[in-house]
Amino acid sequence: MKLDARIPDGPLAEKWERHRFEMKLVNPANKRKHSVIVVGTGLAGGSAAATMGELGYEVDAFFYHDSPRRAHSIAAQGGINAAKNYQHDGDSVFRLFYDTIKGGDFRSREANVYRLAEVSNEIIDQAVAQGVPFAREYGGLLDNRSFGGAQVSRTFYARGQTGQQLLLGVYQALERQVQAGRVRTHSYHEMLDVIVVDGQARGIVTRNLDNGEIRSWTADAVVLGTGGYSNVFYLSTNAMKCNVTAAWRAYRRGAGFANPCFTQIHPTAIPESDEYQSKLTLMSESLRNDGRIWVPSVKGDQRSPDEIPEAERDFFLERMYPAFGNLVPRDLASRRAKEMCDAGHGVGPTGRGVYLDFTEAMERLGRDGIEERYGNLFQIYERITGENPYQAPMRIYPAPHYTMGGLWVDYNLMSTLPGLHVIGEANFSDHGANRLGASALMQGLADGYFVLPLTIGDYIARHEFTDIPDDHPDVRRTEEEVRDRVARLAGLNGSRTVDSIHRELGRLLWEKCGMSRNASGLEEALNRLPELREEFWNNTKVVGSDLGINEGLEKAGRVADFFELGEIMCRDALVREESCGGHLREEHQTPEGEAKRDDERFTHVTIWEYTGPDSEPREHREALSFTEVSPSHRSYK
Amino acid sequence: MKITLHVWRQESPEAQGRFESYPANDVSPEMSFLELLDVVNEGLIERDIEPIAFEHDCREGICGSCGVVIDGSPHGPHEGTATCQLHMRSFADGDELWIEPWRARAFPIKKDLVVDRSALDRIIDAGGYISVNTGAAPDANAIPIPKDDADDSLDAAECIGCGACVAVCPNASAMLFTSAKVTHLNTLPQGQPERWSRVARMVEQMEAEGFGSCTNHGACQISCPKEISVDVIAWLNRDYLKAQRKVG
Amino acid sequence: MKRIASFYSTTVGKKIAMAATGILLVGYVIGHMLGNLKIFQGPEKLNSYAEFLRQAGAPVLGHGEFLWMARIVLLVAVAIHIVASAQLTLQSRAARPVGYRNTPHEEFSYASRTMRWGGVIIGLFVVYHILHFTSGSVHGDFVHGDPYHNLVVGFQSWPVAVAYIVAVVMLGFHLYHGVWSMTQTFGINDERVDRMRRPVSLILAVVIVIGYVVVPISILAGWIT
Ligand SMILES: Cc1cc2nc3c(=O)[nH]c(=O)nc-3n(C[C@H](O)[C@H](O)[C@H](O)COP(=O)(O)OP(=O)(O)OC[C@H]3O[C@@H](n4cnc5c(N)ncnc54)[C@H](O)[C@@H]3O)c2cc1C
Ligand code: HEM
Ligand code: HEM
Ligand code: SF4
Ligand code: F3S
Ligand code: FES
Repeated sequence: MKLDARIPDGPLAEKWERHRFEMKLVNPANKRKHSVIVVGTGLAGGSAAATMGELGYEVDAFFYHDSPRRAHSIAAQGGINAAKNYQHDGDSVFRLFYDTIKGGDFRSREANVYRLAEVSNEIIDQAVAQGVPFAREYGGLLDNRSFGGAQVSRTFYARGQTGQQLLLGVYQALERQVQAGRVRTHSYHEMLDVIVVDGQARGIVTRNLDNGEIRSWTADAVVLGTGGYSNVFYLSTNAMKCNVTAAWRAYRRGAGFANPCFTQIHPTAIPESDEYQSKLTLMSESLRNDGRIWVPSVKGDQRSPDEIPEAERDFFLERMYPAFGNLVPRDLASRRAKEMCDAGHGVGPTGRGVYLDFTEAMERLGRDGIEERYGNLFQIYERITGENPYQAPMRIYPAPHYTMGGLWVDYNLMSTLPGLHVIGEANFSDHGANRLGASALMQGLADGYFVLPLTIGDYIARHEFTDIPDDHPDVRRTEEEVRDRVARLAGLNGSRTVDSIHRELGRLLWEKCGMSRNASGLEEALNRLPELREEFWNNTKVVGSDLGINEGLEKAGRVADFFELGEIMCRDALVREESCGGHLREEHQTPEGEAKRDDERFTHVTIWEYTGPDSEPREHREALSFTEVSPSHRSYK
Repeated sequence: MKITLHVWRQESPEAQGRFESYPANDVSPEMSFLELLDVVNEGLIERDIEPIAFEHDCREGICGSCGVVIDGSPHGPHEGTATCQLHMRSFADGDELWIEPWRARAFPIKKDLVVDRSALDRIIDAGGYISVNTGAAPDANAIPIPKDDADDSLDAAECIGCGACVAVCPNASAMLFTSAKVTHLNTLPQGQPERWSRVARMVEQMEAEGFGSCTNHGACQISCPKEISVDVIAWLNRDYLKAQRKVG
Repeated sequence: MKRIASFYSTTVGKKIAMAATGILLVGYVIGHMLGNLKIFQGPEKLNSYAEFLRQAGAPVLGHGEFLWMARIVLLVAVAIHIVASAQLTLQSRAARPVGYRNTPHEEFSYASRTMRWGGVIIGLFVVYHILHFTSGSVHGDFVHGDPYHNLVVGFQSWPVAVAYIVAVVMLGFHLYHGVWSMTQTFGINDERVDRMRRPVSLILAVVIVIGYVVVPISILAGWIT
């Protein structure tokens, strides 16, 4: 596997500018002769498809939803960062770059992150011009807030629906190209494989979820914007259908998978209430500004919270981190909460929850004050739990939320499989070992609007493309493989449901490969996973035909890939013998329980190469070097 | 809790549909309505019966995928709530519920509770956007927008495209959906250049899709999970009237 | 012409046409009500008012010409109103070929649900009404040029009076929803107007119902003879 990050020469601040000049261009008149397949129409895929349509390429966009507007990006609440410095509080491209690199715990590529910060401003301009109704001040100018512990107010937002509004902007731009005949959208089409011809990604195989039709599509290049894989944990804040299949199939065709164990756990989700729980709902992190987190000091205390006297409440974050208290970063808050619950202090019906208490804030601000700040969040909470958070403390618990890992890409966003480009959450991203709040939307749109449509032109301009006939042997073979696999899945006739085994997989990974892990747990998981996978193929069942809508069949295919992914996640976690970003390797911590990063040995990206169904994946490394910033250690004590 | 579900089952668009009854015995009040369907489906799979097909994804009321008619009410009995946000504690032990898909000619049934809502996308195609190419935008603060206008615009833009307004409307009209998009864009300065052609084209497309007329019943705003007000319909009407003068 | 056709071709256009003709009809209903109330001023006033309508426009227009012009305008308006409502109704039926097992009625007001049947009933009533008081065809003791007499005799039969009252109440419902609906159709819902839309349509509907039913009630009760 050849890993060439293709980072342009020159000073950091000039790399992108210079690269844009050096890239080869496709003659405008020739663009319509070049076709591109885009899989995924979330912020990343949708914006890329629309922009390439505007540029004149022939674009085919595929997604498994009924409309592009349903992509999971729609659910993002908090906001999107940009270095506009509209608030005149000292923000700059460099500061956004620095914060993002530091937030990622120095495990991301300087050049990419700098470019991200540079184009962030254009994203806001673009969105506003499209009619995205961001929050405004009375003077009519854009409002900003500080988000996720940032020292500056650089987050643009539209109530709690920023992702929705940005995605609608993308969707509308895309539909405009559909109307113009530049983009064809293919709803209800799930991509199940990449077609590789002469070493280049030249197409995909899809299954039409409406009627089961399996067919192939070819083009000059393929783009994946298929989102993240948090659902490997079964319960996560992601939408039910989020999955890794597209990326995983590409991995099996030669695209390297980078840092699979880097996942982000969000501290403030509503805890699961029972075994039927199908997904977790995120509550804005801003709640920690006024809520105090505690658990009963006595293990297994069954009393209702108001019966527990102050002295028997353990405000563990305030106790452990007097300086930051409840506002410690996401990973610390999450890890400590899980530790308290694992030690038997958890609250709620499942014992997996900690209190987030507003009593003190209510005394300070009054009920109205709280309502003004958090009214809609309290409402969401009450709707889901049936409990009134003005009267009893909320219960929260950490939940898998985002995956920094993904397919490895170079500076041009191309994977190790030539022609296959990967954008948005699906790539291994600019977020290193941890992602800052409000930066995933930024990255998805940076990739889709401003980077990929240019870099893909360079790829196209540098290659010759011959037409691939439908009966090309590589096309036929790939299609046959997909057919076989679908038939095999449809034929599963054991006794367990797909969900039940997915739940088991999720729990295993959450315990062994979650935010806190150790070698023996990971090895245990690596032993258990093949057994579970075996169980999946031998003992689950799929009911119904493969020729019509059959969600069970779709799910089975996705879960099958999660099993394989789970294995490299554990492998990746095992070889990364340091604690960094959102993760603690228990062997690598200070006596006080703080994470110990090991820059000496681990300032690199780990990339996994597929070597076959029965052999272990091969590990590769991309060394990271820092010229403009020097890795520092964080401390919240 | 014990709940009996009578669910509309229909193999394919052409097939004849019918209600099937499924008793659910240990329903937890904490479950969401879709989780109840999950549990019923798990039971069906165990008995080798094809599970009930229904649309869903985000399960937090924002993607607009979900939506079934529960006892005649799209998204169930609660205002401002999508089906996925409805919890079983809203029902009583022993309830019998009749579950149907959205019914409208423009939303053909695909299977069971799943309908084809692509007509809504085509209404957007007809003009539900602002024509600006990537990279051509001026600075975001170049055009100040009064906060009230931005807020009105966002109120309308919150539509999740679920189609409940069509489902509940006695005329199966898509006016609330269409008007929400027209209002979102026509309220903003950026939306002005295409204002009149947008409204005319979107209304024509709505027609072509076979939706009914709005006779101002107002049921749509009650079923709308985003509580979009019928005021947006008045705004569309006004713009449609004015558009006659502006575009010949 | 093409523009009008394309305007009218959409449901929104038809709806606006209904609202526009609706205004005219509401205007007529109000005027007619005021005319009817002259009955309380005695036979001469009412009869001379009826005569005045026929003289109006003189000397430019001949006897009854103004009345006929007004009738034509009204007739066209009614025709448009009815044709548009029929077209919209058919289109809406087609838009929902299969209905729900049950529909929760609390989501629709009674008035909004009865627009169509209410309209038909009003239409039939008007036909009967014209045969009754204008041409006299269904009136047992009709005297041309003496509406006072015709009214008093007509309403002394209680079934007739009741039929009128029912029809007028129907009209009240039609207008209660119709007037509000009209403001919606014309897009008159600025903040200032918005709060007044419901009360205004309610008051208008109530005033019209009362203004009309006092006549048959007074006759039945024997206050007018
Ligand atoms: C609850 C929540 C809140 C968040 N809040 C924020 C926030 O405030 N700020 C922020 O910056 N980030 C936030 N994030 C993260 C951010 O929303 C996501 O990382 C981002 O939207 C991902 O966008 P995407 O375009 O890469 O993928 P997605 O939006 O997930 O889109 C994936 C697309 O791929 C398609 N697809 C996938 N697989 C296939 C296949 N096999 N075949 C065909 N199509 C396929 C899908 O149909 C879909 O169109 C949040 C995330 C969550 C879960
Ligand atoms: C109780 C109530 C009503 C009374 C007492 C009443 C009385 C009359 C009378 C006396 C006439 C004959 C006038 C003339 O020939 O000079 C008349 C005509 C008419 N009325 Fe009424 N009316 C009533 C209600 C209504 C209503 C509710 C409507 C319509 C919705 C209506 C519509 C008409 C019309 C269209 C004519 C014919 C006018 C013409 O062309 O000459 N009336 N009415
Ligand atoms: C004097 C008689 C009538 C008057 C004053 C009148 C008035 C109105 C008004 C003001 C509207 C509202 C238009 C809008 O929504 O913008 C309306 C709607 C309507 N009218 Fe009439 N109308 C009359 C007679 C009729 C008749 C005879 C019929 C039917 C046969 C009819 C059927 C309807 C229908 C179906 C609607 C549409 C319902 C709706 O908009 O919700 N009307 N009418
Ligand atoms: S207007 Fe409301 S009900 Fe209609 S599609 Fe939008 S969100 Fe759904
Ligand atoms: S319910 Fe239907 S009639 Fe109009 S106001 Fe709503 S679309
Ligand atoms: S599942 Fe997304 S809105 Fe209900």
